[in-house]
Amino acid sequence: MKNSPTVDEQLDMLGRMVAVRHLEERLGELHKAGKTRGPIHRCDGQEAVGIGATAMLDDEDLLTSTHRGHAHYVGKGVGLHPIVAEILGRATGACAGRAGHMLIADVKKGLLGGNAIVGGGIPAATGFAVSLQMKNRADGGQRVAMCIFGDGAAQTGICHESMNIAALWKLPVIFVLEHNQYGLTAHHSTQSSVPDLSVRAAGYGMPSEIVDGNDVIAVHRAVGAAVERARRGEGPSLIEAKTYRMVGFSTSDVGGYQKDEDLATWRERDPIVLARAMLADAVPAERLDAVMAAARAEVDAAVEQALGDPLPVFAEHAPSAPYTVAGA
Amino acid sequence: MAMMRYAEALRSALREEMQRDPSVWLMGEDIAVYGGVFKVSKDLMAEFGPERVRDTPISEQTLTAMAVTAAMSGTRPVLEIMYADFLPLSVDALMNQASIYNYIWNGQVTMPFVLRTQGGGGAGAGAQHSKSLDALVAHIPGLKVVAPATAADAKGLLKAAIRDDHPVIFLEHKLLYNTRDEVPDGDHLVEIGKARIARVGSDVSIIASSKMVVDALKAADELAKEGISAEVIDLRTLRPLDRETIKASIARTHHAVVVNEGWCFCGYAAELSATIMESCFDDLDAPVERVATHDIPIPYSEPLESTVLPDANKIAAAARRALA
Repeated sequence: MKNSPTVDEQLDMLGRMVAVRHLEERLGELHKAGKTRGPIHRCDGQEAVGIGATAMLDDEDLLTSTHRGHAHYVGKGVGLHPIVAEILGRATGACAGRAGHMLIADVKKGLLGGNAIVGGGIPAATGFAVSLQMKNRADGGQRVAMCIFGDGAAQTGICHESMNIAALWKLPVIFVLEHNQYGLTAHHSTQSSVPDLSVRAAGYGMPSEIVDGNDVIAVHRAVGAAVERARRGEGPSLIEAKTYRMVGFSTSDVGGYQKDEDLATWRERDPIVLARAMLADAVPAERLDAVMAAARAEVDAAVEQALGDPLPVFAEHAPSAPYTVAGA
Repeated sequence: MAMMRYAEALRSALREEMQRDPSVWLMGEDIAVYGGVFKVSKDLMAEFGPERVRDTPISEQTLTAMAVTAAMSGTRPVLEIMYADFLPLSVDALMNQASIYNYIWNGQVTMPFVLRTQGGGGAGAGAQHSKSLDALVAHIPGLKVVAPATAADAKGLLKAAIRDDHPVIFLEHKLLYNTRDEVPDGDHLVEIGKARIARVGSDVSIIASSKMVVDALKAADELAKEGISAEVIDLRTLRPLDRETIKASIARTHHAVVVNEGWCFCGYAAELSATIMESCFDDLDAPVERVATHDIPIPYSEPLESTVLPDANKIAAAARRALA
């Protein structure tokens, strides 16, 4: 099928998904051991969206993420060590320990960036798309912006404002709605008048598609088509990827609102299990094992290295920057 | 030098910077076809086209957030927010987005955008179209905030703001647009962060910005008739604050009146007062006097509105109290 990933691309995505899952598991352990600060928002079960949606992006394409962005960070090509070191508050982190796990950015990789104001990434990507459209028109480039956001963010006013402007100005932006069923603890049925949020795209004259968010190939195919459309200058699209958050909102979530039968159903549809099964005919089991083991080993190495890295020292920002210390 | 209205000086700055730098573009409500409700961007769409001069939907929150990221990715947007009263819609994007990224992303990005807006009372525009919200934006680290009082400074500061690599909130005043003064010819730039002595005096320093400078100069004329020599400092930039000019003035006059058209409580004048207490205490012969707007919604009817807002009489009275 059009936009279907090759076997090598599928293997790459499987490795990244496994890395993200193992990262979340290791972060859970580190949090329990008191080695992280603040809450950690894990994306266990949602890896196929972040990895599948970003696989076709280049470094010049700009991505905005959420407070639950580890799969987006890894999908966009940010190194595991700078991610882990940032989460552990180290001087060697992607942002030298200033950002934390929710706000990671890496300009060289086009990740700009995590955003912990729910919905904040939506106008952010729309603004990027204006600049990219102007640059594309000037030099014939085909850069796009992408926003991955959740069903909670879809209820904000800025979501409406952004989609209207993006469609009005035919901006090269792809809205990827990572529908994980919950806004913090509140089920989507208590937050939205319609179950399928993509129906709203029609109100902006914007194409949309609903896709199985636990099927990395399906995500890749649908988002890939939307990316190609944006690259051709035909404007924005909305892809609604239905998935499920298999863990709590954050490490401080005490649970009790997710139904056991839902959790069991979605665990059977674990995106990593599905991604591996879809490769079973094309790739020997030993190779799949090796890819998955290598991904986990890479995470473990990043964690070990980061744990030994130095903490930052409070330093003056660049003199030209508009920041001061109190009383100065 | 050319006599120019404040609004014309702003337009001239926009035009020159758009001619100089193709990455500069404008967006805002009613700014393109109509030229802005105060006509600051009149004729610019005809000159630069609809891609660089964009009418927008009424979506201030999103437009401000878009200016932040467009500025991170290679262009220099100038966003017009029609009234300062609408700034609360922009504040999330300013406080939670624009203000943080240069710092928390460890210098990976700069954000060269300008948010132009206009505030102020005295025009009978009512409680939702008359406020001065200087303190709301000047409170936020990561932003620069300017508030020119003259056409010359309006032009020079706007050009400097557009060239600045960090977010600049550019506060205009609706009663200044038709005021005229001499604007230097050529590529006239005014450095952000530098105050101006608008009138030299020796008895009391009146520290003001935007339209309050006009009122302070009127007050100084009245005080002169009484034999009081008032120095008027036009701050021009609210953040970063030019503490040195304030300190040097108070070291000469030993008395200070701080003026701001915003609400009094937790207002910008309070910041000026605290700054003077911290850095000029030994030079002061009397407590700092503060003049600001009553902590009341700006009322509509003329006698009510003029009671609430600061004016030349209130500034002169404060100077007399300081010297009493």
